[in-house]
Amino acid sequence: MADRYIEPDTPELRARWGNFAWTPENADKAKDVLSRYPEGRQRSAVMPLLDLAQRQVGAEENTQGWLPIPVMEYVAAYLDMPIIRVVEVATFYTMYNIAPIGRFHVQVCGTTPCMLRGSDDIISACKKRGMKAGHITADGLWSFTEVECMGNCASAPMVQINDDNYEDLNVENFDKVLDALARGETPKAGTQDPNRHTVEPTGGPTTLTAMVSENHDYRGEW
Amino acid sequence: MPKVKVDGVELEVPAGATVLQACELAGKEIPRFCYHERLSIAGNCRMCLVEVKPGPPKPQASCALPAAEGQEIRTDSEMVKKAREGVMEFLLINHPLDCPICDQGGECDLQDQSVAYGRGGSRYDENKRAVTSKNMGPLIKTTMTRCIHCTRCVRFSEEIAGVDEIGAIYRGENMQITTYLEKAATHEMSANVIDLCPVGALTSRPYAFEARPWELKKTLGIDVSDATGANIRIDSRGREVLRVLPRINDDVNEEWISDKARYQVDGLTKRRLDKPFLRKDGKLVPVSWQEAFSAIATLNPGNSIAAVAGDMVDCETMFAAKKLLGALGSSLLEGRQTGMDYDCSSLAAVNFNSGFNGIETADAILIVGSQVRTEAPLVNVRLRKAVKRGAKVFLVGPAWETTFGGEFLGEDLSVLNQLPQHVWDALSGAKRPAVIVGGAGLGRGGLEASLSIAGQLKLVRELEDGSTWNGFNVLHLSAARMGGLMLGYAQKGGIADLAAAAPKVVLALGADEVDFTKFANSMVVYIGHHGDKGAHAADVVLPAAAYTEKNGTYVNTEGRVQLSDKAVFAPGDAREDWTILRAMADAFGVSVGFDSFEELRAAMAAEVPALGVEGLADYGQDLPAGGGSASGVIAYPIKDFYLTNPIARASAVMQQCSAELLHGEEIAEAAE
Repeated sequence: MADRYIEPDTPELRARWGNFAWTPENADKAKDVLSRYPEGRQRSAVMPLLDLAQRQVGAEENTQGWLPIPVMEYVAAYLDMPIIRVVEVATFYTMYNIAPIGRFHVQVCGTTPCMLRGSDDIISACKKRGMKAGHITADGLWSFTEVECMGNCASAPMVQINDDNYEDLNVENFDKVLDALARGETPKAGTQDPNRHTVEPTGGPTTLTAMVSENHDYRGEW
Repeated sequence: MPKVKVDGVELEVPAGATVLQACELAGKEIPRFCYHERLSIAGNCRMCLVEVKPGPPKPQASCALPAAEGQEIRTDSEMVKKAREGVMEFLLINHPLDCPICDQGGECDLQDQSVAYGRGGSRYDENKRAVTSKNMGPLIKTTMTRCIHCTRCVRFSEEIAGVDEIGAIYRGENMQITTYLEKAATHEMSANVIDLCPVGALTSRPYAFEARPWELKKTLGIDVSDATGANIRIDSRGREVLRVLPRINDDVNEEWISDKARYQVDGLTKRRLDKPFLRKDGKLVPVSWQEAFSAIATLNPGNSIAAVAGDMVDCETMFAAKKLLGALGSSLLEGRQTGMDYDCSSLAAVNFNSGFNGIETADAILIVGSQVRTEAPLVNVRLRKAVKRGAKVFLVGPAWETTFGGEFLGEDLSVLNQLPQHVWDALSGAKRPAVIVGGAGLGRGGLEASLSIAGQLKLVRELEDGSTWNGFNVLHLSAARMGGLMLGYAQKGGIADLAAAAPKVVLALGADEVDFTKFANSMVVYIGHHGDKGAHAADVVLPAAAYTEKNGTYVNTEGRVQLSDKAVFAPGDAREDWTILRAMADAFGVSVGFDSFEELRAAMAAEVPALGVEGLADYGQDLPAGGGSASGVIAYPIKDFYLTNPIARASAVMQQCSAELLHGEEIAEAAE
């Protein structure tokens, strides 16, 4: 598991983020989020609000976004809850970045199905571009994390880049995706195999073939 | 009341009990780390595994499993033993084998339980996890590599202390217990996490590497740092008190004590008066006891003598002084050093009548002039419990950071004359209403106005279950107060009456808060243990014993009479207080009627029978009517929680706490 550490609380960090506040747009969103929880249970909104704060930081920095200490304090004050409880949540869930992050956070799945389908090649492709764990590339574009199963084993190997999954990767089409992202384009999310629509079996179904054309009742055949 | 079978023995357990409690009732010992009677159930250490039928065919955590009708629980099966051994092995994987250099050694839950459930050797070949130690302030020393993530400390600070300052960050094997940004824990009860920690992750910083538990002599004592009378265990070696730990007493301190009670003891070896002093040419000069008493014999005060009792003296000392003054024909006794003159004709009116256990059950509480958190941290814990049960709390006085919410009604006592309507409604609608008058609320008509409110609200009432509820409470600040009041250490006009009488001799019994300029024409004889304000103003200083150095009777603010034992001898030439007063009687040529401590105690019990019986003294339930109007802005008497008495002021630890925690000085830490 990747070692994660909170970005230290420095005067520079305070100067940069000390006066963080919701943008008018996000203030409305935050109110909307709060209204989803019953009276007296507003603290439950800490997770969506941390995500919102992370996205706002990301929009300001043109990165995926992360949670500096003063921003966590702002969320804690907004929800009137002890700051240590917010830090507990933010450090527990890996979707919250607690240290600065690049424009694109490339999370490569390295669990067994992806590994068998070639995630090692994907990882070395990442390394070729200078990505390594806990590090932002010099151009500020890439951050890299090797993660455990993201639940896309049927279209392994896969990576998650910010909010999108890219599946059925090999070194060529993965490079294409990264190049497109670097150019500022938005490549098609999901499978990168031109012969596949989603995660249907490649080359046609091999099981439950009778179900393709009609609602076949198999029970009599068991 | 479900019936369960534990290891084949059937027994009935209270409804709502857990399987662990059922096993304990059956006399079975269940190993545990995270479970603690006074904290919420976490169920994360997995050490308390038992086999339960009906249920899944695997061991279950007994602390979090409710006992149900017809359960068959086994604590002695092969499966249970194997499961617990497995858990222990996992816990030890990342726990360092550093018992020889760990302060918890000898009183460590993990050490003890690994004797029963541990393997002989380790099968783990990988590197152990290492965790950086965290700063938690001057009292708590951390070695976080030893932490087994039981989260007792987190639950204590959240649930009991009411200050969310400790948390568990990161996750899985990277989980770390820390305060936010490693700030010092600042709560008045923070050091209790040291007792709660089942391993050596949180240990006592001032006591670090001082002693092993088996070297220490354990003496049962009573704390005198505030008026709650917390039950303590005094651990001493040779002539030195090394540490103080809480004793369990559910009626008084449960199992907590304040940081001051725990850590002021290093002050017992500093600034001590260890020989008599006489003021010669304006300077205090050390003399022998003989010289001191021959000087006292020449004073010849007749009945022009007064005695002022300090905040920490025991009843025996006060009684001996009272007898001495009585033999000389004087009754000028006073214990309220700072000049308070509230009416003490009815002790029920100046007592914490509902008791600490009772205040937990109150459903509406009006606090007048008490910063409970610093004046009585243990009562603050009870108030928090009451609020958790749904009590409403209103406070009169300048706002302070409560740990239980509550509404501040204003800084001026005059609000008592006409309480806001919603407050009145809440109090009069309550089944068990209570009023707590603190030290700052007693003066300027505050006590009388509160008594008048008590009368109108009928705070003394029969409850539905037939018991009597007396919700009128006075929260004193000094351990000697209730005992002093029972012994008559109160003049009508307070200490001003003593000053007006202009006595030839003033006996200051550990009295350090008195304005001695008012006694400029009196000879001040200071009988006490620390070279503090009282000794500075004295003409004769007679060295006496501190609370750990004498047997004594103390009465806490609820009127609970408790006995404290002598742990160590007083240093140097210092003597126990009563022997000094007895010798003084000889010097004055009068008889006080006792020659031994037993005779003194018997005489005291004969005069004030309640002081001869341990437990709550009965002051009756009749409150005076009160009345009159209160006015004036409240100012709390405790400005610095850590430096309220001469022992604490002499203590380096308390001084450091005051500087770092209250006055925000930079952390002065030696390079380690």
